[in-house]
Amino acid sequence: MVRLIGMAIGAIFVFVLAWAALVPREAAAPDPVKLLHKEPREVSFAHSGPFGTFDRAQLQRGFAVYKQVCSACHGLYHIHFRNLEDIGFSEAEVKAIAAEYEVPAIDPNTGEAITRPAIPSDKWPRPFPNETAARAANNNAYPPDLSLIIKARKNGEAYVYSLLTGYGEEPPAGFEVPDGLNYNPYFHSVNIAMAQPLMVDQIEYADGTKATVDQMAKDVTAFLRWAAEPELERRRQAGIATLIFLAILTVLAWLSYRRVWAGVQH
Amino acid sequence: MSFPWAEQYEPKSPLMKWIDSRLPLPRLVFNAVGAGYPVPRNINIWYNFGVLAGVALMIQIITGIVLAMHYSAHVSTAFNSIEHIMRDVNSGWLIRYLHMNGASFFFIVVYIHIFRGLYYGSYKAPREVVWMLGVVILLLMMATAFMGYVLPWGQMSFWGAQVITSLFSAIPLVGEPIRQWLVGGFAPDNATITRFFSLHYILPFVILGVVILKIWALHIPGSTNPTGVDVKGPQDTLPFHPYFTAKDFVSLCIYLLAFATVTFFLPNALGHPDNYIPANPLSTPAHIVPEWYLLPFYAILRAFTVDLLFIEAKLWGVIAMFSSILLLLFLPWLDTSKVRSNAYRPLYRTFFWILVVDVLVLGYVGAMPAEEPYVRIGQIATMYYFAHFLIILPIVSAIEKPLPLPNSIAEAVLAKAQKLAPQATPAPGSAVAQPAE
Repeated sequence: MVRLIGMAIGAIFVFVLAWAALVPREAAAPDPVKLLHKEPREVSFAHSGPFGTFDRAQLQRGFAVYKQVCSACHGLYHIHFRNLEDIGFSEAEVKAIAAEYEVPAIDPNTGEAITRPAIPSDKWPRPFPNETAARAANNNAYPPDLSLIIKARKNGEAYVYSLLTGYGEEPPAGFEVPDGLNYNPYFHSVNIAMAQPLMVDQIEYADGTKATVDQMAKDVTAFLRWAAEPELERRRQAGIATLIFLAILTVLAWLSYRRVWAGVQH
Repeated sequence: MSFPWAEQYEPKSPLMKWIDSRLPLPRLVFNAVGAGYPVPRNINIWYNFGVLAGVALMIQIITGIVLAMHYSAHVSTAFNSIEHIMRDVNSGWLIRYLHMNGASFFFIVVYIHIFRGLYYGSYKAPREVVWMLGVVILLLMMATAFMGYVLPWGQMSFWGAQVITSLFSAIPLVGEPIRQWLVGGFAPDNATITRFFSLHYILPFVILGVVILKIWALHIPGSTNPTGVDVKGPQDTLPFHPYFTAKDFVSLCIYLLAFATVTFFLPNALGHPDNYIPANPLSTPAHIVPEWYLLPFYAILRAFTVDLLFIEAKLWGVIAMFSSILLLLFLPWLDTSKVRSNAYRPLYRTFFWILVVDVLVLGYVGAMPAEEPYVRIGQIATMYYFAHFLIILPIVSAIEKPLPLPNSIAEAVLAKAQKLAPQATPAPGSAVAQPAE
């Protein structure tokens, strides 16, 4: 009985699916945006590969790019000033960087809303008080948080690097870029609200590195990788130790298994 | 219950005697996973995945309890509390990545365990209840994993919750009220995240309870084995401890090596980048996909694209998706072959491997956007899935001529040993039965 009912149900499913598979499809029109969209260009860093570690000088250059260029519109929502000690700044330097910014506070005497200089335990201040203000200032586009951007995009490092260096291409004839948007084939819709952010020699690196667009894009990408995964180096070190431990344990387990099973056929 | 030749528990010290006469817990352990549990001597590496699944469950429970100490179940704080765990909690990133990838590894292990059961006919009498409890565990795991994926409140969390709960609205008449009752509102919101957190915390313990029932049911007949032949005497078995504890420990080490490699070096490879974007009800992701372990069922859901027989396409998909798992409950009665192991069923073995490929194809299609040629491939693969269990399996088991079975496990073991080393004689002291001549 179970088999008869089962076969009947099976036959119904197969019939419905066969019908659905045989129904003719409307030819899908090729999406013009998809044809223009490009896969990100691969890029490699000191921290690439399973054993790579961050290049602190590069992270500090990337931080300079973020601070002087990106931070005008993009926040680093999950980064505190104190985290900057991770990329090689001293405690005093972090205090000095924090003190450049004002954060909202409450006057301890009157209870009124005031601002005070930031301290290392403060979060990085957001460029806009809220999404509405951000959209009002940016032609209705919302600049995303950058502290997770590398993890929040497929192939994140290559994506950010390609996007930053992907400006300047002429759109193909007949393709109209809407007003207020910019052509960038690495963006999912190929029209991006952000204007080209990096120009040659836009900033002056403290270590004298020549500030080409490519250099700045690489540096800020490395910095954002750190911002997204500050635990990356600790994670890899712990991983290597764990794997060595487990490899030895596996050998011991195998030897004891051989010993227990010696002379037993199975 | 066990085989009559099982070693009996005998407490040696006065303390153990004292305990045994009051709370015989050591006796229970001895009979369940100790020397008092005889196991077929020929079970192979694929039989280790049951133990691994138990370990994976315990890893999830332990890491989950720690995460719950730091997580905040509220729409305005859930996403940030995950980042707080990742950045500010000591070793929080490790606990969270272990839990995240632990779920994936739990499913890998359980899927291999299920296919092992299918290959060696582990669902057949007298182990039907063991198998059915396994199906219940699978359903509970899927519900738990789905609700856990919602908790970080990223984009895929929100939209996954939206898509999956909206499945219930396909039920005629009462569907929409049921959906609102489940979600606690018109769309996933704070009520959803708090109830999902509550259920996500309790369901693993329900799973643990069913696991105990399952082990209890398993210990009545004991494990199957690659020959599918019943255990006939002491020469067919070895005590669980030390033989299978030693063997399981090797496989556990290898499992942990794989798990650690992914957790430490590719922690986000199995996830979706969109879940690192905070949930936004006003912005739909380009492709909404569930976690990888639900993709085959997602493909079955989407394979139904036409309204037919007065049933909407969406409802067809929902019925088919639930049927695709529930039909496993009836497997012991759909397969009438007296032979358990596929090693002796050449015809059904071919279909088994087609099923394995078919499920992989379904998983691939589930990850792809709903456009040609993926839709059609998904429809054909879904067709095979249902045909395999509901039509091919009953017919094949009725017409198939199985290969001759060995008389006993011991005979099969001896034959294998002689094939490997023709001159070898059983080592003295080994408990291999002499072949019947």
